[in-house]
Amino acid sequence: MTVDMGEPREIDAAEITRVVRDLCIEINYKVPEEMVRLVRRARELEESPLGRQVLDLLIRNQELAAEGEYPYCQDTGYTVIFLELGQDVHVGGADLYDAVNEGVRQGYGDGYLRGSIVRDPLFDRRNTGDNTPAFIHTEIVPGDQIRIQVDAKGAGSENMGKHAMLKPADGLEGAKEFVLQAVAESGPNACPPGIIGVGIGGNFEMSAVIAKRALMRKVGQPSSDPQIAELEAELYEKCNALGLGPEALGGTQTVLAVHVETMPTHIASLPVAVNIECHAHRTGSRVI
Amino acid sequence: MSVEVLEDGRKRIEAPLSDEDVRLLEIGDVVLVRGTVYAARDAAHKRMVEMLDRGEDLPFDIAGQIVYYVGPTPERPGNVTGSAGPTTASRMDRWTPRLLELGLKGIMGKGGRGPAIRDELKAHTAVYMAALGGGGALAALTVRSQEVIAFEDLATEAIRRMELDDFPVWVVNDSEGRDFYAETIKPWRKNDLLPEALRIPTDEWAGKNGGG
Repeated sequence: MTVDMGEPREIDAAEITRVVRDLCIEINYKVPEEMVRLVRRARELEESPLGRQVLDLLIRNQELAAEGEYPYCQDTGYTVIFLELGQDVHVGGADLYDAVNEGVRQGYGDGYLRGSIVRDPLFDRRNTGDNTPAFIHTEIVPGDQIRIQVDAKGAGSENMGKHAMLKPADGLEGAKEFVLQAVAESGPNACPPGIIGVGIGGNFEMSAVIAKRALMRKVGQPSSDPQIAELEAELYEKCNALGLGPEALGGTQTVLAVHVETMPTHIASLPVAVNIECHAHRTGSRVI
Repeated sequence: MSVEVLEDGRKRIEAPLSDEDVRLLEIGDVVLVRGTVYAARDAAHKRMVEMLDRGEDLPFDIAGQIVYYVGPTPERPGNVTGSAGPTTASRMDRWTPRLLELGLKGIMGKGGRGPAIRDELKAHTAVYMAALGGGGALAALTVRSQEVIAFEDLATEAIRRMELDDFPVWVVNDSEGRDFYAETIKPWRKNDLLPEALRIPTDEWAGKNGGG
C-alpha cells in the first residue's frame, strides 16, 4: 500500500501571532452579534422592571464598548485559546505556543487590556503584566488549515463553576439538579444573564474541557443531537425559573442559553461539569 | 448633608459621609455617587491591613470615605480611565472589618455580603452598594479623574483616588443589616418548575469568590 506523503502546508508562526493579537483586541471591545441579539431578546422577555433597567444598561454597555475606546469589561479575562491544527500543516519560524503567547502579549498591550494573570497561584502572585500565559487547548484535525478561537473568560463567572462525579444511579434527573444548583449558587457573582456550559461524561478532566467547549459554540445554537437539544431547552427554562434575573436583582432572565456537550464515560461514572459564562461573552475565531 | 434625594426618588451622595447620611440609604435605593472614592481591591486590601498590623497609618484618611472595589484596564492616551466596573465584593470580607473600624462609610463592588459583614456594616453604620457587574465601559464614562496614590507596583490593583460623576449603584446591604438580594428574587421564582430539593442560598452568594 502506498500512502500519499504530500508536502505539508507551511504556515509562518508570525501569522498566528498576528491573528491572535487581532482577535484579543476585537473580542474585548465587540461581543459576538448573537450576544447583541440575545440580550435584546432578554430585554423584551424580562418581566421585572428592575431587570429591564439592568438589561438596558447592558445594551448601552455593548454599544459603547463596540466604539473601541473602553473594553466591555475591566476584567479582560483569562485568555483561553482553542487551536484546531490541521495534520497537513507545518508551523515554521517559531514555537507554536510561543507564537500564540506573543499574540496575547501584543494584543493585550496594543489593545489597552488589563493583565490579570499572576505568575504562581500560591507563592508568587505577581501580575505577569501582559495576560500571558494563555491557556491553550490543541486538537489535531484533518486538513491543511489552522482554526484559532480566542476567548476572554472573566473570573467572576469562572469562579462559580462546579464539578461533580455523580453516581450513574443519579442519572438524568441528578445531572439536571446539579446544573440548576450550580446556577442558583452563582447568584450575582457570575454577572447574569449569561451562558451555561455543561459537560457530561468522559472522566474527571474531560467533563470540564467539554463544558468549556460548550461555551465556545455559537451562542443559542442548539445541540445537533435532538435529545440533548431538548435537555438544553428544559434547562434554559428551569434556570430562568430560579428568578435570579439580570445581575441577580430579580427577574425572569437569568440565562441567555444553556449548551450541553456529552461524551462516552465509564460504567461506574457520571461526571458533570458546569462552566458559567457572564453576559460579557467575548470570543471570536479565524481560519488560517 | 451629603445625601440629596432627587425628584425621581434616586439619591445622590458624596463623601465624606456621616452616620446620619448613611442612615438615609436603604436597600433597593438607586444611588448616584459623586465626588471622591478610593479604588482598592484584593492586593491593596491585604497590604492596608498589614500596615495596620504594623501600627502604620493607611495611605489615605479613610474616615467617612467610600471605597470602590475595582481594577481598571489601562487608559488609552487622552482618556481619563480605562474600563472600570466593579469586582466581587465578598473576596474583601476578610479585610473589611478593619477598615470599618477606622470609619469607612461606603463600599461599592459587585455581588452581596454575608451575614458577618452585614452585622459589621450595622455595627459601624456603613453601607454596601452594588454597581453594574460587567458594565466596565459604562462605568468609565462617569470617572472624571483618577490618580494612583499608593502601591503603584500593584498596577491595576494600586490604590487610586477617583473623582466620579453620578456613578450609579444599588444599595444592597444597609446600616440596618438588611440584604436586598434576599428580597428581590422571591417574586420571580417559579417553584413548580424546580426540583423540590433545590435551594437558592442567597447568604452563600456572599461567601463565594467571584471575580472581576
